[in-house]
Amino acid sequence: MAEPARFDFKQNIAKALKDNQLRNNLRSAMDGLRVKRQDVFDDALELEELRRYGNAVKERALSRLPQLLEQLEQKCTQNGIQVHWAETTDEANHIVLEILQRHKATLLVKGKSMVSEEMHLNRFLARHGIEALETDLGEFIIQLDGETPSHIIVPAVHKNKDQIARTFHAKIPGAPYTEDVEALNRIARATLREKFKAGHAGLSGVNFAVAETGTLCLVENEGNGRMCTTVPPVHIAVMGIEKVVEKLEEIPPLLRLLTGSATGQRITTYFNMITSPRNSGEKDGPLEVHLILLDNGRSRIYADPKLRQTLYCIRCGTCLNHCPVYTRLGGHAYGFLYPGPIGKILMPQIEGLPAAGDLATASTLCNACEEVCPVRIPIPTLIRRVRNESYDASDAAAMPGHGYRRNLMEIITWKTWALVNSRPALNRLIIKLAGRLGRLMPAIGPLKAWTQVRSRPRFAPKSLHQLIREKGVPND
Amino acid sequence: MPLYPPKPDKVYFFGTCIIDAIFPRAGLSAIRLLEREGISVVFPRSQSCCGQPAFNSGFPDEARQVARRQLNTFNRDYPVVVPSGSCAGMMKHHYPELFAGDRDKERAFRFSGRVFELGQFLTDVLKIRLADHGNPLKVAWHSSCHAMREMGVIKNAKALLAQLANVQLTELEREYECCGFGGTFAVKHPLISGAMVRDKIDDIVQTGAKRVISGDCGCLLHIRGALDKCGLDVETQHLAEFLWERTNG
Ligand code: SF4
Repeated sequence: MAEPARFDFKQNIAKALKDNQLRNNLRSAMDGLRVKRQDVFDDALELEELRRYGNAVKERALSRLPQLLEQLEQKCTQNGIQVHWAETTDEANHIVLEILQRHKATLLVKGKSMVSEEMHLNRFLARHGIEALETDLGEFIIQLDGETPSHIIVPAVHKNKDQIARTFHAKIPGAPYTEDVEALNRIARATLREKFKAGHAGLSGVNFAVAETGTLCLVENEGNGRMCTTVPPVHIAVMGIEKVVEKLEEIPPLLRLLTGSATGQRITTYFNMITSPRNSGEKDGPLEVHLILLDNGRSRIYADPKLRQTLYCIRCGTCLNHCPVYTRLGGHAYGFLYPGPIGKILMPQIEGLPAAGDLATASTLCNACEEVCPVRIPIPTLIRRVRNESYDASDAAAMPGHGYRRNLMEIITWKTWALVNSRPALNRLIIKLAGRLGRLMPAIGPLKAWTQVRSRPRFAPKSLHQLIREKGVPND
Repeated sequence: MPLYPPKPDKVYFFGTCIIDAIFPRAGLSAIRLLEREGISVVFPRSQSCCGQPAFNSGFPDEARQVARRQLNTFNRDYPVVVPSGSCAGMMKHHYPELFAGDRDKERAFRFSGRVFELGQFLTDVLKIRLADHGNPLKVAWHSSCHAMREMGVIKNAKALLAQLANVQLTELEREYECCGFGGTFAVKHPLISGAMVRDKIDDIVQTGAKRVISGDCGCLLHIRGALDKCGLDVETQHLAEFLWERTNG
């Protein structure tokens, strides 16, 4: 993740917008995902019902978060899963390290996990001489190139086939150059198979954790998740604390919402439900299963009943696919792990406003994200909240670093705007002046930004107020 | 489906700040359309802006101050007709939130219940019938995000256009996608906004239509500016002005 000092959003934006290849890759990928989602949710009424259900399940689960987490811990422990609590990513990293060192593990095979990205686990382990290998195809590709994911679900979406072909040829010993997708898959599979066998431990994320049964649910398409969680002798699962739900019966509709929204699938190729390590008499499965529950700012978000809605997120990524800004920038420009609409509300709360608050400025509030979010998070409303808190230095604000954007210039601008728009005579005078003198306004500040891509606004010689007075429309 | 009131005798007209300063003919046309249906239109002189610019920019107190002005101004029980999906969305869906916990909470709530977007009012309340007097013309339609996703009034606008016998409506390929205006976003992120509007005008141009109609002057200001800047001869027009032009006389 970029450190605040290194994060220059404007510069990232300019760079991303110049990259036509990136724009084309994104456009076709996003179009594909959107169409597939539409096809799988072809009944609008059913979808609305499902989304309402998804929202209700998450709302209920979050409202009892502390109890459910305790229940989850208790059930998991009963089932033989070892539960660990981590308040910070650093704590989580050390827990992983300690487990690996206890088993003298030097190779960790990883299924896709955004939380482990949040922890910068790979970098941390590398410093301690442990190799962490990504086995999800997309993650595998970007790991070869030393990149971070640019999308929650399709981490290598910024690359096309040719770019992947070049990466494989350059980075995998003995791999021939080929643009054939099947052949590329075969290369990846052959490379990864060996690693699965050699891995001393496996790590995975968790899509849902069921409190009543202590079940960890893992959704995937490639079977790599199943390999990571069953082949090595030790399995470590990492999850954000918001992933807990109450009952097993809530899983099927949530799964339908997740896979339909994420990839337009009715069901994924693999769906893993992990309830315990290998029991005596069983022939396979890991000997140890660990669950790490990561907070990393989540309980602070939880404390505010409105902001809490951020935690409903099931990381389906469909808000990215429908976002007109994400579609043009791609994930890397956002500079933080979670890009797009969810990133705009989540990252400022986790990283603090001074570091990540600017993300919330890059939205037209077009509501496309809210319309599709499977758990009905009011993302535009929360983006507004981030903006409010960016200027709000009072005690009423909840986000870390609130008030960071407060500056005299903007305060004066908006106070003046409010004054002009609450004094009818003043308002009429200003609009009259704009009509007369608008053409003479110097192109500085906002007008300069406006005219970068548009011609100057042409103020009408007579305002509607004036025309109406002439026409004689009643005032009262 | 919301329930609509019977045809009223009188309505308030909220002109919006952009129409007031830049597109007054759109406002005047809307008033004429309403009056032609036998409605007496009241245009309170003390109206200004719905407050959305500040509301979306992180200044809720200033937004509330300006919104309260409108509550005071439109204080009688008439429906409030708004020729913009975006301003109507602000007044209908966001005033209750803006005034939550405020002394004017109740008043804001009741006010919101009286707000109608123009196209919605013409079709669902007035059940207007239009006779087209214009020459055959192909037009493109731009849906503003708030008209589409907040107010849900695109079907109304299209139903109005469909009544014009000589007008051929061509759909944009990416009608659902934002044009990149977004109020202050347009000047805070001119590069992204520019990339978005260029795609939008490409989409408009590929339809072959020489005129693009919309129910929102914010989008039109932005799209018109970008068309101008690119030297493209496609006209932009607000729905009300277009309807009046085609059916008057
Ligand atoms: S915010 Fe909603 S749409 Fe976006 S990733 Fe989360 S669940 Fe999916």
